[in-house]
Amino acid sequence: MKARVPASIAFVAAALAAATSTLSIVQHSGRAPVAARLAPVETVTVVPGTFSFRLPGEYLQAGRPVDAPTRIVSFQAGFEVMKYQVGAGDYARCVTDGACEAANGNATGDTPVTGVSYRDAEAYAAWLSRRTGESWRLPTDEEWSFAAAERLHDDALGLADDGNPAIRWLARYRSEAAGKAERDPQPKPRGHFGANSKGVFDIGGNVWEWTSTCYVNAALRADATVEQSVENCGVRVADGRHRGYMSTFIRDGKSGGCAAGLAPDNLGIRLVRDSPSSVAVLKWLRAKRAG
Amino acid sequence: MLTRREALLGTAAGAATAALFAAMAATPVLAEVRAGDISTLPREKVTLVAPPFVHEHQQVAIGGPKIVEFQLTVKEQTMVIDDDGTTMQAMTYNGSIPAPMMVVHEGDYLELTLVNPETNEMPHNVDFHAATGALGGAKLLDVNPGEQATIRFKATRAGTFVYHCAPAGMIPWHVVSGMSGTVMVLPRDGLKDEAGKPLKYDRIYYVGENEFYIPRDENGKFKKFDSLGDSYDETLKVMRGLIPTHVVFNGKVGALTGDNAMKASVGETVLFVHSQANRDTRPHIIGGHGDHVWEQGKFANPPAKDLETWFVRGGSAGAALYTFLQPGIYAYVNHNLIEAAELGATAHIMVEGKWNDDLMAQVRAPAPIASY
Repeated sequence: MKARVPASIAFVAAALAAATSTLSIVQHSGRAPVAARLAPVETVTVVPGTFSFRLPGEYLQAGRPVDAPTRIVSFQAGFEVMKYQVGAGDYARCVTDGACEAANGNATGDTPVTGVSYRDAEAYAAWLSRRTGESWRLPTDEEWSFAAAERLHDDALGLADDGNPAIRWLARYRSEAAGKAERDPQPKPRGHFGANSKGVFDIGGNVWEWTSTCYVNAALRADATVEQSVENCGVRVADGRHRGYMSTFIRDGKSGGCAAGLAPDNLGIRLVRDSPSSVAVLKWLRAKRAG
Repeated sequence: MLTRREALLGTAAGAATAALFAAMAATPVLAEVRAGDISTLPREKVTLVAPPFVHEHQQVAIGGPKIVEFQLTVKEQTMVIDDDGTTMQAMTYNGSIPAPMMVVHEGDYLELTLVNPETNEMPHNVDFHAATGALGGAKLLDVNPGEQATIRFKATRAGTFVYHCAPAGMIPWHVVSGMSGTVMVLPRDGLKDEAGKPLKYDRIYYVGENEFYIPRDENGKFKKFDSLGDSYDETLKVMRGLIPTHVVFNGKVGALTGDNAMKASVGETVLFVHSQANRDTRPHIIGGHGDHVWEQGKFANPPAKDLETWFVRGGSAGAALYTFLQPGIYAYVNHNLIEAAELGATAHIMVEGKWNDDLMAQVRAPAPIASY
């Protein structure tokens, strides 16, 4: 098994480390009242369970493109995820604090923030963690897919390869185009697309959600185990009505040109909250007192 | 004091009326129409269809010249021009951008009725590049809200020709607000290659390209206006900068993608007619070619062969014939790729059929770089 990690992941890791190191210094100590005004974030606890997960990325078998293999994934602990996507108003507070770049989207209030890149999403998670003393991060593609429940779109095409690569291209295009023309891409107020069976709202609406999962190009053996793969963390999975693979600095997916695929309608954020370790809580409390 | 609407109407309508009388007086030919000859010609009434589709027509004319009747109704309307919900105070013929394509044969008479419903704000007309005289017929078609007029002109030259609104004092504004379309005058015996051999198409698509100039507010966001009159001043300022905010096919960013992508099959020959009433463009099929291309759109000239990209001058329509040889998703773009990818000038063509390994094959799929 051969895996290569491009320089970009090292950069991301370094950036994260840098962001983390600033956590212990409360940057906005003089503005504690502002922090106090942050409304508590509504979350949903995704209970432990097991599901069949189709791996993200693109896969070849015997040199020909095939559907990604599935794996049985178990979440033994369960996890907490935001009930709604991050609102434009929530995001604007991060911008006001100087910790986030203004979003490209023009929504306000409770309407989901859109026009945000993976980098913006990471910056928001870091800021929210700092502000709340909690541990917020982007979900992995596995977590997102599990939380999406019945709204998860299986991107398998189920096509036998007959030596005509265009059949997959056309099928993928059709599947991603389905309903796009009728769909209003304008972000809607939160809750517009309703809750799924796990109580998570607006999954699979018109705002795709960034995950921390990197894009993978892999080759499979005959038994569908991975023979080799190349990971590109300059591209992350954005989940929604279909899985999108977007460069980390992209804020508005565009279709066209050489990549004749269809881009997500909008890019937004939903975060996962890790249960606090006692060490982290103590650290935060100490920092707060110091501030 | 005049409201803006009154001022706009007043200026143009006054000029139009005066010009109409002048035109009538100065064109004795019109008074001496050989009514007998023309009135005996057969008539055909065509119902127009919205682009990128084109009304049914014969490629080779059957019988002699006839009078082909069309109607355009002006619709002033707010239109959404991109996925962000940006709106434009648009002016259209029949509600579409571009306006529908009309097809006749050389020697036919095109008879157009232009209707300007009372609910509109502006005077309108049509300048047909295919027509001869009276500013392309515009002088005889000036209609105020609540009026209609009809003209007939003889299609004397074969080719694809732009038509557009040309009201006195406001021509560019009406054109970049959506008022342009194409007339295709086919040779009576159909299209021919450079050696004079007949060419046929299995499908035709009309790709109308438009560029828009939407004013922005102090935060850089596109502004919305309540009416045409309200949008005029600021739109004109953006227009004068000559940098469009949108360059689109079929009136909206992405209008010819996804469910609305153009369709074809391997082995099918498609005629793509591409118009731009105001600005130069350069159509290109990513992964394909132009087998026979009339860059200037005029069929009396032999078509150029095997083009990669063709140049369509602002104020003209070109025609490209291509037989698809390979299945897949093709992007049809304006090959100023910034305009294609950033401003909107991208369409898609979904082509079904059998893959040709001889034309192309993946010799080795992407894999880690081999070490030596």
